[in-house]
Amino acid sequence: METVTITMKNLPALYLEADNVSPDAFAGKSAAQIADLPVYEGNGTYTLDKYFEVAGNAGATAADTKIIVKGDVSKVKYLGFKISAGEMIIEGNTDLYVGAWMTGGKILAKGNVEAFAATAMKGGELVIEGNAGNYLGAAYRGDWRGMSGGKILVKGNAGSDIGMYMLGGEIVVNGNVDVHVATHAEGGKVIIKGNAKSKVGGQMVEGDIYVFGSIDIMMPGFKPAGEVDLEVEGVKGKFAHFIGDMGERHKKKKGQVIYANLYKKI
Amino acid sequence: MSEYIIKNGHVFDPVQSIKGDKADVAISDGKIVDKVSPSAKVIDAKGKTVMAGAVEIHAHIAGPKVNLGRIYRPEDKLFTCTPTKGMERMGSGNSIPSTFKTGYEYAKMGYTTAMEAAMPPMFSRHVHEEIRDTPIIDEGAFPVFGNNWFVMEYLKNHEVENTAAYIAWMLRATKGYAVKVVNPGGTEAWAWGLNCLTVNDPVPYFDITPAEIVKGLIEANEYLGLPHSMHIHPNNLGNPGCYETTLDTLKLTEGFKAKNKFGREQVMHLTHAQFHSYGGTTWGDFESKAKEITDYVNKNKNITIDTGQVTLDETTTMTADGPFEHHLTGLNHLKWANCDVELETAAGVVPYIYSPNISVCAIQWAIGLEIALMSKDPMRCYITTDHPNAGPFTRYPRVIKWLMSAKSREAQVNAFKHKDKVLAATSLGTLDREISLYELAQMTRAGPAKSLGLAAMCGGLKPGMDADVAVYDFNPEKPVANPDDIEKAFSRCAAVFKCGVKVVENGEIVGTGNKRTLWVNAKVKDNPQVMRDINEKFLKYYSITQANYESLGHHFVPNPFALEVDAT
Repeated sequence: METVTITMKNLPALYLEADNVSPDAFAGKSAAQIADLPVYEGNGTYTLDKYFEVAGNAGATAADTKIIVKGDVSKVKYLGFKISAGEMIIEGNTDLYVGAWMTGGKILAKGNVEAFAATAMKGGELVIEGNAGNYLGAAYRGDWRGMSGGKILVKGNAGSDIGMYMLGGEIVVNGNVDVHVATHAEGGKVIIKGNAKSKVGGQMVEGDIYVFGSIDIMMPGFKPAGEVDLEVEGVKGKFAHFIGDMGERHKKKKGQVIYANLYKKI
Repeated sequence: MSEYIIKNGHVFDPVQSIKGDKADVAISDGKIVDKVSPSAKVIDAKGKTVMAGAVEIHAHIAGPKVNLGRIYRPEDKLFTCTPTKGMERMGSGNSIPSTFKTGYEYAKMGYTTAMEAAMPPMFSRHVHEEIRDTPIIDEGAFPVFGNNWFVMEYLKNHEVENTAAYIAWMLRATKGYAVKVVNPGGTEAWAWGLNCLTVNDPVPYFDITPAEIVKGLIEANEYLGLPHSMHIHPNNLGNPGCYETTLDTLKLTEGFKAKNKFGREQVMHLTHAQFHSYGGTTWGDFESKAKEITDYVNKNKNITIDTGQVTLDETTTMTADGPFEHHLTGLNHLKWANCDVELETAAGVVPYIYSPNISVCAIQWAIGLEIALMSKDPMRCYITTDHPNAGPFTRYPRVIKWLMSAKSREAQVNAFKHKDKVLAATSLGTLDREISLYELAQMTRAGPAKSLGLAAMCGGLKPGMDADVAVYDFNPEKPVANPDDIEKAFSRCAAVFKCGVKVVENGEIVGTGNKRTLWVNAKVKDNPQVMRDINEKFLKYYSITQANYESLGHHFVPNPFALEVDAT
């Protein structure tokens, strides 16, 4: 695997849209060619090397390419946009849409990420060592097709509306989350090791939510369905089981109505 | 204005019965002429196809429900933006493109005239503001009348003259072009929690049936002698078994004859026939009744139709058939928006994915093609996608490919997941007809122009007509190696002229022309009763005053072109 290191040298005055910073866009290119890739600031189009120092050549394919992003990228959007293979390490905090529409590969964000990370993610792995913003693994604005595969791990806290319209895949948040979890979801799994606030699983059709900590206000559309012993992420324990959202339509499989599940650790 | 001569192209013009002969088309002062001076600019069309600019008879391209679609579907704009380029302003949207993109896309495919198929009269100002912002193409808009309180009250007592006076007032107030009817009575019935699924279901409170509304509007339309006929989206759209309602609707034309000075022969235009040609009782035994519908249409010259071809895309459905959209959101569970328009109409919007893996969608696709291929008179059957309902208009080149190449249809059928079901439920597999370029010119130019009453103006290349000309990089003398070449050739014109102004060159926009708004100015005898009724309804029921209702002046209609009708 070849490694390309890009280091922020000139901070953008506005926010920088760097949707070309991904192993897919870098693949098969030399450092000089990568430096020449377009990025957008405001209504202008510039080259990557206006902002970043580029070192190292990319591999022949995305899978052979590793990108290390260094320096202050807190005003850079779309890092790892549509990544399908390969690896990315983002050392600092970064802005919106990290790993948006990703279908494969691996992104490690060592700092915090802003909203819309892993929008409509289909596969791959996104690890965020800091905190995640709102709409993590959610559908694009207006769309009803959210995250459908892959895995997201947030070691810190996450914002609101995570997993909105989720169809598959897994989101694990080690810390706490804000309101609205897996709203409208029709599949997938969300594990919250800390506390949740309210509107957990609102209008959820299918899928599973696990909360280890507290839930401030339960959704009235979820109905108690007993207690179960589960092993979640290596943690064994007793969970209160709820099914819902009773206000939504639900599929039937073999005569059984399929509800979304909410498990709260007791 | 400059002169042009398009030399040595293969000309297809049904107006002059030219079937691909090599001929020159001369343009001067915005018109097609016999001769131009030697200084005229020469366009070399050797080995290319030359036709008149195409005419769109039915599309939803401007107005509140189109914009509602744009607003509530940001995902339709995702990754579809086109940046500023040369003369082109930026655009966005796929199934509901922005106004500028709409104009450019039509022009690049050789379309120079388009009709907005459903204008809610109360929001005509919005419609005209969008039309104004849609460059190049001439546009008209059809105000909807099928659920209008005035119309229902007049026609209940069979007051045709009053209905005609009201239509004339409405066309003037809204700068409208024709009488559009959507689910007659049904949308109003929906306000009472009901619908009209046959032509005999009474409308609650108004106590009138869809049949009475349709017949009354045909009579009023012919009383006025409007350029276009009554343009209908019948009751019971899109339901299995709906073809019977469609046949009942078509039969309402019996006994009526067209009366107008524009050369129009039909008294009814049945739009998006595909959605109205379904047999079966459920989605399980859903089947095509295209034969029954086209058999009737073939025999009855006072009807024209357009196809409403499903293009197998993700799109946005939108119609003034409010109850249908509510029904649809229950079927596909996607988001629904509704837009009620007081005394006049209502519209719904729901996204839809016509998936080739779903048998119903594949059968719908086949029905649209069956209708086009089973229609014997290409002058009375036009190609549409009921944009954006069955697919975006930008897919016309692909629809043309399917119609011109049996091989491409076969390839698509073979790609369906439920191929056998599609072949069993339709007779597409037995149809080997391939539409010729001459027939294509009839179905997209001369035919719709005649149906709209615009035959003297556009849809042909006869000297004296508007110089709307499209040159396609398609050599009719060469065999088609790959059906995709047809799609490619019809996607981007080599050159397009709109009223003598060059607007497209090598598929790129090079001019924005002199866009006009077409409307119909119908003069009727003074009718104090109707004027009083209008006054009273505005005072009693409308949320706005009459002065804020009408689309007047340069802001709304900067470049009007009125077709004059005198029914005094």
